[in-house]
Amino acid sequence: MRKILIVDDEPNIVMSLEYIFKKEKFEVFIARDGAEALGIVESEIPDIVLLDIMMPNVDGYQVLNHLKSNENLSDIKVIFLSAKNKASDIELGLQLGADKYISKPFSTKKLVKEVKELLNKK
Amino acid sequence: MSSFLVISIIIVYLAVIFYVAFWAEKNSKSRWVNNPYVYTLSLAVYCTAWTYYGSVGLAATSGLKFLTIYLGPIIIIPTWIILMRKIIRISKGNKISSLADFISLRYGNDRFLGALVTVICVLAIVPYISLQLKAISETFNVITKHNITSSFILNDTTFYIAILLALFAAFFGTQHTDATERHKGIITAVALESVIKLVFFIVIGLYVTFYLFNGPTDIFEQASLLPGFEEQQTINGVEGGFNWFFMSLLSMIAIMLLPRQFQVTVVENERERYLKKVTWLFPLYLLLFNVFVIFIAWGGNVIFQNQEVDADLFTLMLPLNNNHEFLALLGFLGGFSAAISMVVISTLALSTMLSNNLIIPYGFLRKYSQGESVKNTESIKNIRRIAIFSLIIVAYFFYKSFTLDRSLVSIGLISFVIIAQLAPSFFGGLFWRRGSSKGAKYGIGIGFLISVYTLIIPYTIDSQSIATSFVNEGLFGINLLKPYELFGLQIFEPVPHAFFWSLFFNGIVYLLISVNFLGSYRERNFAEMFVDSSKYASLHENAYVWKGEAYVRDIRKVLTRFLGENRTERALNLFYMKYNIDKKTQYADARLVNFSEKLLTGSIGSASSRILISSVVKEEEISLVEVLNILDETKKAKASNKELQERDKQKDEFLDTVAHELKTPITSIKALSEILLDDDEVDGNTKKQFLTSILSESERISRLINNILDLEKLATGREKLDLNEYSIKSTISKSIDAVSQLAIKKDIKINSNKVNEAMAYYDEDRIQQVIINLLSNAIKFSKDENGEVAVSTYVNENKIKIYVEDNGKGIETDDLNLIFNKFYQAKNQTILKPVGSGLGLAISKQIIESHNGKIWAENLEPLGARLTFTLPLNNN
Repeated sequence: MRKILIVDDEPNIVMSLEYIFKKEKFEVFIARDGAEALGIVESEIPDIVLLDIMMPNVDGYQVLNHLKSNENLSDIKVIFLSAKNKASDIELGLQLGADKYISKPFSTKKLVKEVKELLNKK
Repeated sequence: MSSFLVISIIIVYLAVIFYVAFWAEKNSKSRWVNNPYVYTLSLAVYCTAWTYYGSVGLAATSGLKFLTIYLGPIIIIPTWIILMRKIIRISKGNKISSLADFISLRYGNDRFLGALVTVICVLAIVPYISLQLKAISETFNVITKHNITSSFILNDTTFYIAILLALFAAFFGTQHTDATERHKGIITAVALESVIKLVFFIVIGLYVTFYLFNGPTDIFEQASLLPGFEEQQTINGVEGGFNWFFMSLLSMIAIMLLPRQFQVTVVENERERYLKKVTWLFPLYLLLFNVFVIFIAWGGNVIFQNQEVDADLFTLMLPLNNNHEFLALLGFLGGFSAAISMVVISTLALSTMLSNNLIIPYGFLRKYSQGESVKNTESIKNIRRIAIFSLIIVAYFFYKSFTLDRSLVSIGLISFVIIAQLAPSFFGGLFWRRGSSKGAKYGIGIGFLISVYTLIIPYTIDSQSIATSFVNEGLFGINLLKPYELFGLQIFEPVPHAFFWSLFFNGIVYLLISVNFLGSYRERNFAEMFVDSSKYASLHENAYVWKGEAYVRDIRKVLTRFLGENRTERALNLFYMKYNIDKKTQYADARLVNFSEKLLTGSIGSASSRILISSVVKEEEISLVEVLNILDETKKAKASNKELQERDKQKDEFLDTVAHELKTPITSIKALSEILLDDDEVDGNTKKQFLTSILSESERISRLINNILDLEKLATGREKLDLNEYSIKSTISKSIDAVSQLAIKKDIKINSNKVNEAMAYYDEDRIQQVIINLLSNAIKFSKDENGEVAVSTYVNENKIKIYVEDNGKGIETDDLNLIFNKFYQAKNQTILKPVGSGLGLAISKQIIESHNGKIWAENLEPLGARLTFTLPLNNN
């Protein structure tokens, strides 16, 4: 069973994502901010993380940085899910090492497709 | 002592002085060269051989009168901290290199005025330089007991000394073409000489007081037995008082306007703050010098009472009389130092004036405007070198051909009186806007003529023993025209008499002509700039006194002729950088024109630089006041431009944040409804939960939109407040009712016991909105257990304060002001996102401010936060 970590501080967004990925037979973990996410990443080592950017305390960029600079975690796929959708934001996100950048509001079907594609690449 | 020995000592001494100058020039950045002490000591060039010998002579023959020469400076110097600072600032700001330049610039770069001042200075100072040469020669004869002065100049030691001094001044004085560059070598040497002359004089003083006599009391007792002693040591009634007053005034002017003093004080000033040291150290120096003048004079009078000894030479004769040749030699070297520093600085100052204000503007401009830079600068330097040599040689011949047998004092004082003719134009120009160049020229002219009539002619007649009745009976035998008692004025001695009348007419003429004839616009602009210097100094090139435009290419050509390619390039680059101008610009604006003019002023004087620059510039009249207005407007335009940019940026940021805040609920709505639409297997409970969420997110969007519209309306003032008189108590209780459900849900008590009754004018709906916002925030942040929110008021005669307090964990200190920013919360949410748009406090602030009130947040000890807002009571 593949593990997915959803990191977002909006409860309703988390609720929808949790529902669709459970349906897709993922083991779903939830973090409501960056700090919480860092803990879960270390203990569960998920296959993929859906990461919001604008969060209190530890933001999405910092979480990504932590993953990429840590040998054990650097293989984890990361998709940014953010309302920031200026070209410069997207470029920055990909440069930092995210595998995908999906703007909010997103389509759930498309998101599932992207996640699956990314995981099947290996 | 043999002349050979003395000459050898002089040569060694000069070699040391030259070496010090050379060293200082090489190490011009050293702390030994750049400090307030060297600066202060260099000002002591005021004490010449005249102080060394003449003061003693005067003190011996006429008592305390010599003190006036030092009293003036001691009185005026403390005011330098303001007065001299102003002069130094103006001079540095405009690259002024001499007194003549200063006056010429102030009166609109007047070429004739600059030349006139130069001529006056040369006429006043050359005899003064002769006097120093005479002192050297006389004392040399005394010390070597050489009583016959050779009439053949090649046998005269003084001639060679004069030539050496000219070499020294020419070498160290013309290292740079720009005369405003400081001459570190010469100044350091002069400072050293000031130490030497003071120390040696004190040594002689101590020797006379304590070796030849038994201390001051002994000298006083013995001297007081001499005939006429009492009379000498008093001021001598009201008449004497007038004489003292005008003599002190004269020396006050001299310490500022003697060319050598202007040179050391203004041109050679490295830092303004050195003046602070001068204000106490220099008067102290003068005081130390003068203490022993009195004792040496009294001692000489006692010891030589029945002998024919020139009182001017007491300083040397006292030790010689007791066969203390070494001491006499010290005295000689002290006097020698005093003389040579005066000669060097004076010729340096005069040569700059001669070249920049007389020779170049009247003779060489055309040539220079065609020549190459290397040739031009070399030629400028040569003019100055030749000027230095000529001045010293003329002074030497002056001393040789006129029998200067009057005491040293009188010639020095004549110099003072002539230099004083510059005072009305100088000080008038500094403090009086109306003072005009025409007034200055006529004033100086009349003043000079009167001092010639009342002082120079009778003095020459006296000293050259010409037989005429002119002095005793007046011109054509008219009593009222007696040169020493002009218009029957009998209370003054000759010098204060000449000073009084010449300055009186000089001042009156300057005043009347200035008042009756308006100067040119250019002159008026400079007047404005000099008088109000502090206002214009900070503007630099922006304070252009004339508006002109030209091609950069032409200006560059003129500059290159004097500065050379490299320096011109560097100067222009600096200028472009300073004002952020494109280097490729073709058209020179007024600032560049002005900048270039100043740049040249140091090398060729202000009048010439103006003539050269104006030859390539189309000049337009403009007043400095207009310039200020233009500057003001551009400044305002720039500021408002910046403000606009800032506002644009804020608007962008605001829109970004709004977009983000709107997208978040839409994301939830989209995701949840997509699931509901696509997935038929969603169970009933989940479906209900999803739909509830969609509903609440939709409400969130509409709330957000309402708030944004609200905020905009309030901020732009489009929403009119519905002001009426309301009871604040009832408004608060209505607001509490509105949040009571929320409070009950969180089990929080709302305490409103301390709310007082007061009536005020406000928009009740809006204020209720604020109070509800504050209350719901307070409820949100109160402690979960025993949470309590308190509302209270405080009323005084002009305002109501309303406090809303909670007992939660308070607000981060850094955030106390930030919480009123739009969407502050959105970026800094806590883990559990509190419900709200992030605009509540921003809106509250807007509402309170449109009521002319204030709102702020603070933390309470030990727990909780307090938000306070005020409402004015007389709000119309």
